[in-house]
Amino acid sequence: MNVALVKPTSDRASGESFAAARSRLPGSGVVSEVREAAFAEFSKRGLPHRRVEEWKYTDLRVMLREVAPLAVNPDEAALNRAAAAVASLDVTDTCKLVLVDGSFAPHLSDVASLEAGVRLHTLREILETADNSTRADLLRTNATSDVMVALNAAMATDGVVLGVDNGVALKRPIHIVHIATQSNAASFTRSLIKIGEGAQVTLVESFVAAPDAKSYQVHDALVSWAGDGANVHHVRLVEDARDASNISTAIVTLGAKTQFNSFSLTSGSALSRYQAFVRFGGEEAVANINGVNLLKDRQHGDTTLVLDHMVPHCDSREVFRAVVDDRAHSVFQGRINVHPDAQKTDAKMMTRALLLSDEAEADNKPELEIFADDVQCGHGATTGALDDSLLFYLRARGLPEKEAQALLIQAFVGEAMESIADEQLRETAVATAARWLATRG
Amino acid sequence: MPLLEVKNLQVRVEEREILHGLSLTVNEGEVHAIMGPNGSGKSTLSHVIAGKPGYEVTGGEILFKGEDLLAMSPDERAAKGVFLAFQYPVEIPGVATMTFLRTALNAQRKARGEPELSTPDFLKKVRSVAASLNIPQEMLRRGVNVGFSGGEKKRNEVLQMALFEPSICILDEMDSGLDIDALRIAADGVNALRSQGRAMVVITHYQRLLNYIVPDYVHVMSKGRVVKSGGKDLALELEESGYAQFEDQAA
Ligand SMILES: Nc1ncnc2c1ncn2[C@@H]1O[C@H](COP(=O)(O)OP(=O)(O)O)[C@@H](O)[C@H]1O
Ligand SMILES: [Mg+2]
Repeated sequence: MNVALVKPTSDRASGESFAAARSRLPGSGVVSEVREAAFAEFSKRGLPHRRVEEWKYTDLRVMLREVAPLAVNPDEAALNRAAAAVASLDVTDTCKLVLVDGSFAPHLSDVASLEAGVRLHTLREILETADNSTRADLLRTNATSDVMVALNAAMATDGVVLGVDNGVALKRPIHIVHIATQSNAASFTRSLIKIGEGAQVTLVESFVAAPDAKSYQVHDALVSWAGDGANVHHVRLVEDARDASNISTAIVTLGAKTQFNSFSLTSGSALSRYQAFVRFGGEEAVANINGVNLLKDRQHGDTTLVLDHMVPHCDSREVFRAVVDDRAHSVFQGRINVHPDAQKTDAKMMTRALLLSDEAEADNKPELEIFADDVQCGHGATTGALDDSLLFYLRARGLPEKEAQALLIQAFVGEAMESIADEQLRETAVATAARWLATRG
Repeated sequence: MPLLEVKNLQVRVEEREILHGLSLTVNEGEVHAIMGPNGSGKSTLSHVIAGKPGYEVTGGEILFKGEDLLAMSPDERAAKGVFLAFQYPVEIPGVATMTFLRTALNAQRKARGEPELSTPDFLKKVRSVAASLNIPQEMLRRGVNVGFSGGEKKRNEVLQMALFEPSICILDEMDSGLDIDALRIAADGVNALRSQGRAMVVITHYQRLLNYIVPDYVHVMSKGRVVKSGGKDLALELEESGYAQFEDQAA
């Protein structure tokens, strides 16, 4: 590592942490080369800030300030605390694959109950042992040049690498559980999932903290490919500690005739950014990408979607809802790119923010970029308060103010939750919203 | 003690006085009709009694069972037994009717210090009331009033009235937008709820409704005041001669 790459700016700490972390990052040879190139890129550009268009509303130089030191591998005490966090997860009937502070924890994971047709490796294992080209590919992507994805490539310590065979219909959801036990430390994970043709998979991601873990940073990337005719349900539940940061990226490539149904719920983290890059690579695929952000105090929650319709006859639908209380700030950016070949694209995006206080803020930026002429595309964005006439109707029927608001807020977010096909997961999302509402001051 | 006493009520909306000293006394078990042309302030009166925000009471008072009603929040008023059947019931998409009914009923019971109704008891109660009002179960599974016809919305109001068992029901233009069959079903529902302990204030523009819900007293409202009170015959008188005779009196 060339230490001269490290800039004397606020990113200095990141450079130092890379230099310090280098010896602990799995992989050598070509893997190290990819990491150093990725870090050089990060070093050159630094943390994204408000003059970087894609990060306009989420200035990491101000909000994250610096990348925290790399978390150490969890010791037994940390694993015990993580076990407690696993035990208190709302979602129970899943096949859990647990990452603690960025390291796969086999003893907390349901490795033995993986269903037939699923192959599991860890990122660390492959980076350390596989042949050169396979190893390096895991840290590369041409889906985005986002600088935080580059940082993730430089620093990723572990993750799950899953393959689901063609035609396999999984009975239980696969559940990647991210647990932070260390305070003031950063974890970097990258998971890769290849779903075979015609396979049916439900993938859940949870982000939680072990008791007492504070001010940590999560840097995650999920890269997945859905083979032709695959049916993929994806649910993410971000319930990180309220002073944590979560910077996550999903990179999804959809084959022909795939059904991709994704839902993201964020109620945790002081700062969260979820960016999803979804690429339609085969015709007649259908994607529903929905989400809800529940934000209060001074939370900042950013959802950024980039959809690339490359081929004809694909449908995409996005329904996003943000509930913003106190001095919280919600950001939704949705960009639909319809490329020249993507005739008969049907793409609709709707985002609505509900402001519960005068100081709450919401920024909505839907964008359409259309290069095909025979398409149906649309987007809408609204920001507003609860409807007074509905509130009064409920109160006139005996509901106290908070309860009346809670009922309307649940209805507001419910629209985005309806798409969750798995009943257990849908109920978990509804219950999480109810819990959030119950703790409103 | 009267059940409801409105004394010399003055109300402003956006700096404009709408009610100019209105008085009305309702005792337990009585049915009062308030008639008046559009814009005379009937809905304003009903909203102020129910506690809708946006109205400024600049004079007078409202006592309910001897207590200062204006000092109570809308939900407190509901729990104490005030029920307003809205002229225009709102649609609340995403809130299932059953959830709404149960949450509301239990909130009222809780405010009164009563235990929550068990699920089977609640269901039994709703089903029997719904059946008597010709409300199919399918309607109860929908969002509150979502996609309901005018008549269905009004029947849903009567359903709530039956479920919550209030001491006073204010019916604001229950007949508006209803055909004769729908009106009859709703009116039968209301009549079934008439009892010794329960009072009704039936607000209407037309005499027609009062053929179905026969009042004990009739008040004529014009320009923010009660300009004449009498027995049920007053409604028939109005039907013949119209409101014009009272417009001058109010001015
Ligand atoms: N929110 C409001 N803002 C301004 N004026 C109002 C409002 N509500 C009612 N008014 C006015 O008050 C008067 C009485 O209205 P309302 O009580 O609805 O009468 P009614 O129900 O007898 O038809 C009308 O002149 C109406 O325009
Ligand atoms: Mg009216």
